[in-house]
Amino acid sequence: MMVFDDRSPIYRQIADQIKADILSGALQEEEQVMSTNQYAAFYRINPATAAKAFQQLVDEGVLYKKRGIGMFVSPGSRETLRSQRRERFFSEVVEPMVAEAKTIGIPLEEVIRRIEELASEGDQ
Amino acid sequence: MTLRIDVHDLRLVYGDVTALDGLTFSLEPNRIYGLLGRNGSGKTSLLSVLAAFRKPTAGEVLAGGQPVWENPAVTSQIAFIRESGDTVEDSEKPKEALRFAEYFRPNWDKAYAEELIERFQVPMDTKIGEMSRGQRSALGIVLGLAARAPITILDETYLGMDAPSRYIFYDEILNEYMAHPRTFIISTHLIEEVSRIFEEVLIIDKGRLLLQDETEALLTRGVAITGPEDVVERHIGGLTVIGERQLGRTRSVMVYGSLDEARARQMREAGLDLEPLALQDLFVHLTAPKGGVP
Repeated sequence: MMVFDDRSPIYRQIADQIKADILSGALQEEEQVMSTNQYAAFYRINPATAAKAFQQLVDEGVLYKKRGIGMFVSPGSRETLRSQRRERFFSEVVEPMVAEAKTIGIPLEEVIRRIEELASEGDQ
Repeated sequence: MTLRIDVHDLRLVYGDVTALDGLTFSLEPNRIYGLLGRNGSGKTSLLSVLAAFRKPTAGEVLAGGQPVWENPAVTSQIAFIRESGDTVEDSEKPKEALRFAEYFRPNWDKAYAEELIERFQVPMDTKIGEMSRGQRSALGIVLGLAARAPITILDETYLGMDAPSRYIFYDEILNEYMAHPRTFIISTHLIEEVSRIFEEVLIIDKGRLLLQDETEALLTRGVAITGPEDVVERHIGGLTVIGERQLGRTRSVMVYGSLDEARARQMREAGLDLEPLALQDLFVHLTAPKGGVP
């Protein structure tokens, strides 16, 4: 179960969680997502909050609504999310990592060596 | 029936104590509202006036456009449960309280009341005065929820209840709200535990309304800015500071009000740490003796 921090708006956390599920394949394209009320009951949140998360995802084209049936994952959303994540990867993951390595005095060669090790482990 | 609530310049004075000092606000029907305030801030006074248990000194409360005071057509639509469910006599037993509610409450759901009694394990044959505080709270919740009143007011109805029972309580409010939409007004001190079920929050302090806003919007309104004191000092000009803490040369300043993205980025680039304030922290700072909404 997802654990919310009690600081950032919950609708954003739900939206991020649904995106993460689409990226990992836990939610497939054209698959129906749980209803607002199911979300609200499961996470003990106000249904309006869950609805806000869905609305954000509809606005972004990640979900679409079938009238009277519910919300579904848009076709092509996984690829769209992947390319958005790729764009943010360097600014959000690599740059802070390099900055942290510099602060605590890890030579970049050592970081690169470790990355290469991990990559070759993953290939096996 | 859906009833909008309008409160106009409400004042309640007892002797030389001003419990409510000019409150004006409106509540849209069919939402869950959280009422927060420190002890003695006027929460119970306000709820008592909303439910027509008490006559205001001045101002008025309208439900669906009708005054609530001495208006049975409206008050039958309002269920007010005070802490520990003390709307019933101590010498009564829960089964008598339920029979009374069934007679009195137009939308009473007997089967649901019995289901709740079972879930909360309320002893049906014990005198209410002899029950534990938690059992009385649970009975109050049963009376409040099974009444299915369009306006349901629960004033700290969790005292003495252990965490598992409180979570049943929160689940039942949500389930009831989704199955039978109505207005809930819930006062509480357990902000962290329950704030996520509130669509809107009202904070009162010293008998005045400090703010009314969507819970989700409030979570974007308070920010803690932390870093070396001189850097913090250089970046907070023009912001509304509601609290601060200092540890050596590290300073943490709590600001209230939306911070625009450009300014937030500047702060992060200067090495400052920005963190949203949880509702409970925001509440603590806004109601501190020197606090207040700017």
